[in-house]
Amino acid sequence: MSSDIKDIYSRNLDILSEIGNIGAGNATTALAQIIGNKVNMDVPQVRLLGFNELTEIVGGAENIVIGIMCRIEGDLTGMMMFMLEKSAANHLIDIVMMGFDDGSEEEFSEMKLSALHELGNIIVGAYLNALAGLTGLKVIESIPHLSIDMAGAILSVPAIEFGKMGDEALLIESRFFEEDRAVSGYFILIPDVASYDTILKSLHIG
Amino acid sequence: MADVIRVGMADLNICKAPDSITTLGLGSCVGIVLYDKRNKIAGLAHIMLPDSTQIRNNSNLAKFADTGIDQLIHELKTAGADIKSLTAKIAGGAQMFSFSGSSDLTKVGDRNVEATVQKLETLRIPILASDTGKNYGRTIVFSPETGLLQIKAVGKEISYI
Repeated sequence: MSSDIKDIYSRNLDILSEIGNIGAGNATTALAQIIGNKVNMDVPQVRLLGFNELTEIVGGAENIVIGIMCRIEGDLTGMMMFMLEKSAANHLIDIVMMGFDDGSEEEFSEMKLSALHELGNIIVGAYLNALAGLTGLKVIESIPHLSIDMAGAILSVPAIEFGKMGDEALLIESRFFEEDRAVSGYFILIPDVASYDTILKSLHIG
Repeated sequence: MADVIRVGMADLNICKAPDSITTLGLGSCVGIVLYDKRNKIAGLAHIMLPDSTQIRNNSNLAKFADTGIDQLIHELKTAGADIKSLTAKIAGGAQMFSFSGSSDLTKVGDRNVEATVQKLETLRIPILASDTGKNYGRTIVFSPETGLLQIKAVGKEISYI
């Protein structure tokens, strides 16, 4: 059994890219259906990053981001996080609420948060459905939880899980484009150590 | 000009007045400050996990509460601190996502704090102040000049402990 994340990364880069591609592709389609507009997607980047590099990609540890996270149970166990920058979140909220102003002074009113929560639910669900379809494994996700806070604090949650295996985190970065506007989102799939083998075996390469 | 020394995740460092030392965006991790007031030397560790003996890949000493504190004391001693007079301040250990249940995932912040407190008790280093738990991230800055730990959180007033 291989439990070193570096080793998993270097030996399975193609597979991990493909998981990212199919997962994010499905999530993008789901997103396009909600907002009723074409959403394009870059080829996802799979990256192995040191813990400090991880926070740099989203503008530094103190940059405020939105994290949407759910637990995964079933044949696979672990967690899944979808993270996006505040500007991207606001853009998506605007589209979903069709410019409706709920009159709230707060940057993220209850209604906006609720919209964001639902978007997160759909995006994460679509990603995991694709993963389940690809591997034939049963993937059950919990209700997603949302946090708006400093990137370092939000990323500490997946970083700690990766920290149990080594000193790097595996990140699948997907960028969406809605019309001309780039909306960057980051998917972080964190299977428990044993679940990496389950995924790879299900694809007959374990 | 006084510098601000930055400590990353799973990292540690020391500093002497008039410099100060900081770590940004602590979530479920814990920031541990050890301080020699007389010599105005402080050390800061940003630990991620409670116990190095539970993890096979444990070569990064600063990643764990137990080995991180030991290593911090070692570096403080090398820098000329009187390790018998060290005091501690700690912050972090939040639960960033409010999952219910008692899984590892939800409890890691609490476990990090518990392990830190326990290790400091074993070493008889008094904890003068702490700001731990809850559900938000913290940026901390310690000044060996004043002995104060500044805590910043999103949407909250800056506090000093």
